[in-house]
Amino acid sequence: MNHEAENDDRNAEGELSGDGTQESGAPQPVPSDSRSPTAGIAATGAEKLAEIIVVTSGKGGVGKTTSSASIAVGLARRGKKVAVIDFDVGLRNLDLILGCERRVVYDFVNVIHGECTLKQALIKDKRHDTLFVLAASQTRDKDALTKEGVERVLTELRDEGFDYIVCDSPAGIEKGAYLAMYFADCAVVVVNPEVSSVRDSDRILGLLASKTRRAELGAAPVAQHLLLTRYNPARVINGDMMSIDDVKDILGIEVVGVIPESEGVLAASNAGVPVILDDESNAGQAYEDAVARLLGEQRTMRFIDAPKKGLFSRLFGG
Amino acid sequence: MGIFDFLRSRHKASASIAKERLRIIVAQERSQRGAPDYLPLLRREILEVIRKYVNVDMEAVDVHLENDGTHSVLELSVALPGQSAELTGGLRAEG
Repeated sequence: MNHEAENDDRNAEGELSGDGTQESGAPQPVPSDSRSPTAGIAATGAEKLAEIIVVTSGKGGVGKTTSSASIAVGLARRGKKVAVIDFDVGLRNLDLILGCERRVVYDFVNVIHGECTLKQALIKDKRHDTLFVLAASQTRDKDALTKEGVERVLTELRDEGFDYIVCDSPAGIEKGAYLAMYFADCAVVVVNPEVSSVRDSDRILGLLASKTRRAELGAAPVAQHLLLTRYNPARVINGDMMSIDDVKDILGIEVVGVIPESEGVLAASNAGVPVILDDESNAGQAYEDAVARLLGEQRTMRFIDAPKKGLFSRLFGG
Repeated sequence: MGIFDFLRSRHKASASIAKERLRIIVAQERSQRGAPDYLPLLRREILEVIRKYVNVDMEAVDVHLENDGTHSVLELSVALPGQSAELTGGLRAEG
């Protein structure tokens, strides 16, 4: 059913090649590309495994997909070979944020069900050679994802020499969210400085500590990072919004980035260009900093102070 | 500081209210994390029994499970209304 709809769409776009392979992703996808910046790294550090990063939050609408897209692009911009997977089965959106929605032929569930190869389903990003997108299925079948299937795909990506696999979790704590976090090495918990988001994040932190493969095996725990989004410094100073320290105190984990509320975010998703590519916007620069910190760089937080007030607003408040 | 800020300062800053509420609920939820699923039901049934005899509040029964390594302690605390002289204090069960 889902497939027919997609076929119609593709035919309308005239983008489908005869054998059903993806426009630019499938034929020459994964490794063996000697020009790939990661080829050298892969050759020297042959044993290095791909790091699996889950971007999660519990609550919906806090910026998981926006963050997944920008983190994936940020890593790819540094020459890392990155796959970003949309786990939100039934509500595919990562493709829109990355601007590749018209190139989706096969999806994650097709790969799991063996209806296509992984290479056929990976969409190569038009701007970055080392970034590949695996779209969510639009099926309504809640059991479309299986733990075995997800593990198979992740293992295959590892074998293909990917450095990072970014898993964009759906909202909630049901199967999709569970499977998105299950195999993770590292979690980016996206949180808004707002009561329901903070509470849900704490719930997610509890699940990361108990319902993941690392927890079950008794291995080193999933590394946890907070990514504070929609941060409005002026409202924090007015006492209308919780501060970075407030959220950090309540949740008890370190903050890897603070993304200011910014017009650039909507403009970026409108255009299908991840906001990290907008060097002009504060949000884009803040994502760039966050990616650097994820990779272990030290960077001071920017855009966390309110803009200076003019004389008028000093007198009359504002 | 604007000259009209004193009008606003009469309200308590909402961010600090948010922080305080979250502190409490997060601490409570963390303490219940990993506890058996029957605890909420147990709490409700205990409350129903008590309410046959004493008119206590819905919030009056606090069920707490603690793990001491080898054994767990189930602690029930029931807050009774101040006027009722016959029953005061807490109930404690160990096992």
